[in-house]
Amino acid sequence: MITKQEIINWLERAGEIYEKQRGYLTELDKAIGDADHGNNMNRGFQKVTENLADHSDSDIKNILSMVAKTLISSVGGAAGPLYGTLFLKGAGSIDASDEISDSDLLHFWEEGIKGVQARGRAEAGDKTMIDSLLPALETLKQSIGNNEEITKALEKAAQSAKKGMEETIPLIAKKGRASYLGERSKEHQDPGATSSYYLVSALAEAVSNNSSE
Amino acid sequence: MKKLINKVDDVLNEQLKGFASAHNDLLKVNFEPTFAYRKDAPIKNKVALISGGGSGHEPLHNGYVGSGMLDAACPGEIFTSPTPDQMYEAAKKVDGGAGVLFIVKNYTGDVMNFEMAADMAREDGIDVRNVIIDDDVAVKDSLFTAGRRGMGVTVLAEKICGAAADAGYDLDQIEALCRKVNRHGKSMGMALTACITPANGTPSFDLDENKMEIGIGIHGEPGVERMELKSANEITQMLVSGILDDENYTRKLHEWSSDKNDWVDVKVTDEPIGNGDRVIAMVNSMGGTPISELYGVYSKMEELLEAAGIEIARSMVGHYITSLEMQGVSITLLKVDNELLKFYDAPVHTPGWHQ
Ligand SMILES: Nc1ncnc2c1ncn2[C@@H]1O[C@H](COP(=O)(O)OP(=O)(O)OP(=O)(O)O)[C@@H](O)[C@H]1O
Ligand SMILES: [Mg+2]
Repeated sequence: MITKQEIINWLERAGEIYEKQRGYLTELDKAIGDADHGNNMNRGFQKVTENLADHSDSDIKNILSMVAKTLISSVGGAAGPLYGTLFLKGAGSIDASDEISDSDLLHFWEEGIKGVQARGRAEAGDKTMIDSLLPALETLKQSIGNNEEITKALEKAAQSAKKGMEETIPLIAKKGRASYLGERSKEHQDPGATSSYYLVSALAEAVSNNSSE
Repeated sequence: MKKLINKVDDVLNEQLKGFASAHNDLLKVNFEPTFAYRKDAPIKNKVALISGGGSGHEPLHNGYVGSGMLDAACPGEIFTSPTPDQMYEAAKKVDGGAGVLFIVKNYTGDVMNFEMAADMAREDGIDVRNVIIDDDVAVKDSLFTAGRRGMGVTVLAEKICGAAADAGYDLDQIEALCRKVNRHGKSMGMALTACITPANGTPSFDLDENKMEIGIGIHGEPGVERMELKSANEITQMLVSGILDDENYTRKLHEWSSDKNDWVDVKVTDEPIGNGDRVIAMVNSMGGTPISELYGVYSKMEELLEAAGIEIARSMVGHYITSLEMQGVSITLLKVDNELLKFYDAPVHTPGWHQ
């Protein structure tokens, strides 16, 4: 079970991480892109954090839809429509309530990531955010299938995302701006895979902190 | 970083305010969401043209808003695509009942944001088409990359389609015309230096004093190849050969099909440019290269085109589509027929292009 407070904590935690890692993400994007990814993510999630203040009465579905709209209208770049779609399709797949089941959380990620792939048409191995999102989803699916504790399941999912992120380093980019570099995109970690890892790990942190309180 | 700016966060809004008041005879700027639009929009029964993209390419796109060119332009943050709500609101503002054409440079972010905007506007009953401009011959294959980037042909597409809209072309005709411009035009660019976005404060890539980047896009990203710095003649030779030697580039573009009422992949093949063709030839500064150096490039380009049996029907030398203060140049050739030339020659009244 995930509570509304945990979802709020997740989004706020993500906002903190993107603020802190803004320079690092932009540095990664400078190597194989156009040096804006950290700025884009930070701009979007600061807006999300601001908007959360007006959502104390909203249910989880509403909050996640708000995140989608906020990211779509403030991030720009490739990341805006992609993360926006993740939250839009994800929110569309869950019930309106103040708490959601573990399997609803799984649906959120499943449908959200499907949406990202439909919009961006990236496959595993193209050196994009998909490379950390798909492994995280796979792990989450297995853990929830095995009835593992959600805190543990999310922690493992974050580890998988991290591994997927690191495994983008040797890849040649086939999607997005980095693809223009061909061979020169090798030996660099993908900025979007990195920001996706942060998103998953922020959720793991938010849920585990809450349950240990 | 030395720039004529105030607070970094205010750069875009401050500049847009100045832009709006400097050109208040031609256009207005809407904030939240941000877009520039023709003062007299909507023009009843005229197809409306909207383009947009990251800021930092001035005069593209805002500078091409006015009669004879764009009805609206949606600027994103510097080098970052605009968001769908900008194009959606702009479409509602300028649609005169004859539909809206989105002219989209082929960058992943631009393509996706314009697609989302088109979906939103269509829900409101506005007929919207997206035409993608992908003219950068430096990108060789489209299977393993996001495809060729949009460069100088974008400016010509905006001009030519703008004139056609004035001449009463309907949405289907303008869409077809815009695709034709894209198939007939090719560009290639290079950089002598990187550029600095205000948000970052440091160069977008590191380039040694004796090195240059060939095959750059327009966002301060590195090119497809880094090499020893060469002379203007040698550089011009590389760019012109890049364009003329380009074989029949074929790729799939994601386009809206009014018949199927859905997005479809359409296979598109470019026209080669060669012996006996007439072209509009553009020598464009990336922002930091002075006009005088562009004329040096022009002179060599003309010699090469003449040798290849290509006639320069019209020439353009200046700042059209830039990357902030980057030093460098791009060459664009558009193969023209009488239809394209007629619309190129038509009157236009915008901050960036006046004739
Ligand atoms: N087609 C795609 N599918 C999934 N992820 C993608 C795709 N294209 C790019 N990305 C991700 O987006 C990240 C870059 O996001 P960023 O915010 O920097 O946008 P951008 O490419 O600079 O956009 P723009 O072209 O508008 O400037 C990449 O690191 C990659 O992970
Ligand atoms: Mg980027």
